[in-house]
Amino acid sequence: MRREIPLAITFLIGIFMLVDFFVPHYRVSAAAEEMKQWGTIVIAASILLGVGNIIRVHYRKIRRKREGWPYSIVTLAVMAVMLGFGGPWGTIEEGSAFNWMFLNMQVPLQSTMFSLLAFFIASAAYRAFRLRSAEASLLLIAAIIVMLGRVPLGQWLTRNLPEGAQLQELAEMVMQYPNMAAFRGILMGAALGVMAMGLRVILGIERSYLGGEK
Amino acid sequence: MKLLSCLLLVFLAATAASAADVDVEEAAPVLVDSIAPAPPSGLAAIDYVDNSDEGDKITLSWTLSPDDGGGAADVAGYLVMRGPAPDSLSDTLCLLGEGFDRFLDETAEPGVAYYYGVQATDGTNYSAQITAGPASGRANFFQPSRASVLALMLAFFAMVLVFTRLAERGADLFVRRIPGLNAVEEAVGRATEMGRPVLYVPGIGEIDNIMTIASLTILSHVAKITARYETPLIVPTARAVVMSAAEEVVKEAYAEAGHPDAYDPDNIRYLSDAQFAFAAAVNGIMLREKPAANLYLGAFWAESLLLAETGYEAGAIQVAGTAMVSQLPFFVTVCDFTLMGEELYAASAYLSREPKLLGGLKGSDWMKIASIAIMAVGVVMNLLNVTGFVEWFRTQ
Repeated sequence: MRREIPLAITFLIGIFMLVDFFVPHYRVSAAAEEMKQWGTIVIAASILLGVGNIIRVHYRKIRRKREGWPYSIVTLAVMAVMLGFGGPWGTIEEGSAFNWMFLNMQVPLQSTMFSLLAFFIASAAYRAFRLRSAEASLLLIAAIIVMLGRVPLGQWLTRNLPEGAQLQELAEMVMQYPNMAAFRGILMGAALGVMAMGLRVILGIERSYLGGEK
Repeated sequence: MKLLSCLLLVFLAATAASAADVDVEEAAPVLVDSIAPAPPSGLAAIDYVDNSDEGDKITLSWTLSPDDGGGAADVAGYLVMRGPAPDSLSDTLCLLGEGFDRFLDETAEPGVAYYYGVQATDGTNYSAQITAGPASGRANFFQPSRASVLALMLAFFAMVLVFTRLAERGADLFVRRIPGLNAVEEAVGRATEMGRPVLYVPGIGEIDNIMTIASLTILSHVAKITARYETPLIVPTARAVVMSAAEEVVKEAYAEAGHPDAYDPDNIRYLSDAQFAFAAAVNGIMLREKPAANLYLGAFWAESLLLAETGYEAGAIQVAGTAMVSQLPFFVTVCDFTLMGEELYAASAYLSREPKLLGGLKGSDWMKIASIAIMAVGVVMNLLNVTGFVEWFRTQ
């Protein structure tokens, strides 16, 4: 029964959601909306599982003095401080300590991580564009056309060439035809993959996501 | 003072002149437009089906008055009326502007029959009224604009089930080689030789994301291999529910592989829901615990390159897979192998070679052929100016 009940629930909910897509009756829509809200509530409540996992993993790390255990103390301490301030004095209220720490500590840290992406793109692009094979050469040529075609310098460089041979037009052509064709091809394949996967999950053919296949 | 007197005189003179102008205009004969514009035609009132249909909507459509944009070109708008009988259209619903040829009545009582009337107006005069009805709204049980989706979906499901049945009967279903999936075992083997762990990142999608489900099925296979090789498997997650599911998947896989004792619950870690906090934490794991193989399979957004580039710098063999088209170029550039789009969903069938799952793969392949054929027919039809075929596939 440990396996059958989740499979039965998956089947019933999956079929109902499919029915909701095709049946516009307001009672069906309302029931589907209700179920989606249950899903949201369950997911929101599951954060407690996450907190439990963090405490367990880091507590054991500290107790066994595993490599980097002092960082675990910092993690648990910071979590306790945030929970401590967030509980009694509110979280999103302007001026609350939690909100202040979120805006002045977490947000800048996350922005810093995001800003690193520019440097990572540069180093990844350097490796990708090295002329190692015919494919890499094609990638390099396409990248040069697109990058130069989208900045004023590229337009200036080819301003005297006939119409259709200027870099901005070539860049547009690369984006509109070969790039778009590949993009849509992948998208269509993925969409069919989603449908096949969904059917396998609904019918219980695919069950390893529940833990084991038996 | 002199200047001020002059200005005053100029002002008085100008005022007198403008007053004289008004008098002249008022004295002219006034032309009054007493001709109404031509009426619209072809009014139709039908039940409207929307996605949460309560039967309270009726859609009206008509052909514009000949004087709207042409003819006398004096149509200022259309007056839409409603009532219980054609001769008692007492409710004014709306006064639309010129050029409008449809209206959605969202105030109908379900099941009540209504008659509708539409008149063209130039602002003063009203054309003869055209009427339609009776029409009533009802809560529908089928969305007609999605008939094409239903037909294609049923055809696809039928193909999947037919091929599944064929596979169960022992038919040999060819599946092309997917290098990225072959590399998974190789990567785990390399980690085992080096005595270092395997890092498996199931993306940052929630459990209701089909990519996450696909990732968990692959995780099950990977966990069996790591259990067999007795190699530590670290699974950092960004969602608590995914963490909980991953715990179950890995634990069961270790039990099925005959190594339940090798399962370490501390290696299935919830890190953070915040995207870049998660990326920073995973990068930390890569640099501190030095996994020899990094597998990124699931839904990824901007953190994809942060993870993969750090893994590259750490010297790990990397296999990625996602259906997020915008992130694929990053993974292709940085990782050793990448599963693109549908390959992620094919992984479970490919790795297990289970006939039931392989049937789904073959069904997808045939559906792709059917899709290409439909698109080709659509292009030809449109070139021949036959739009009905393409219109049937337009969904709401």
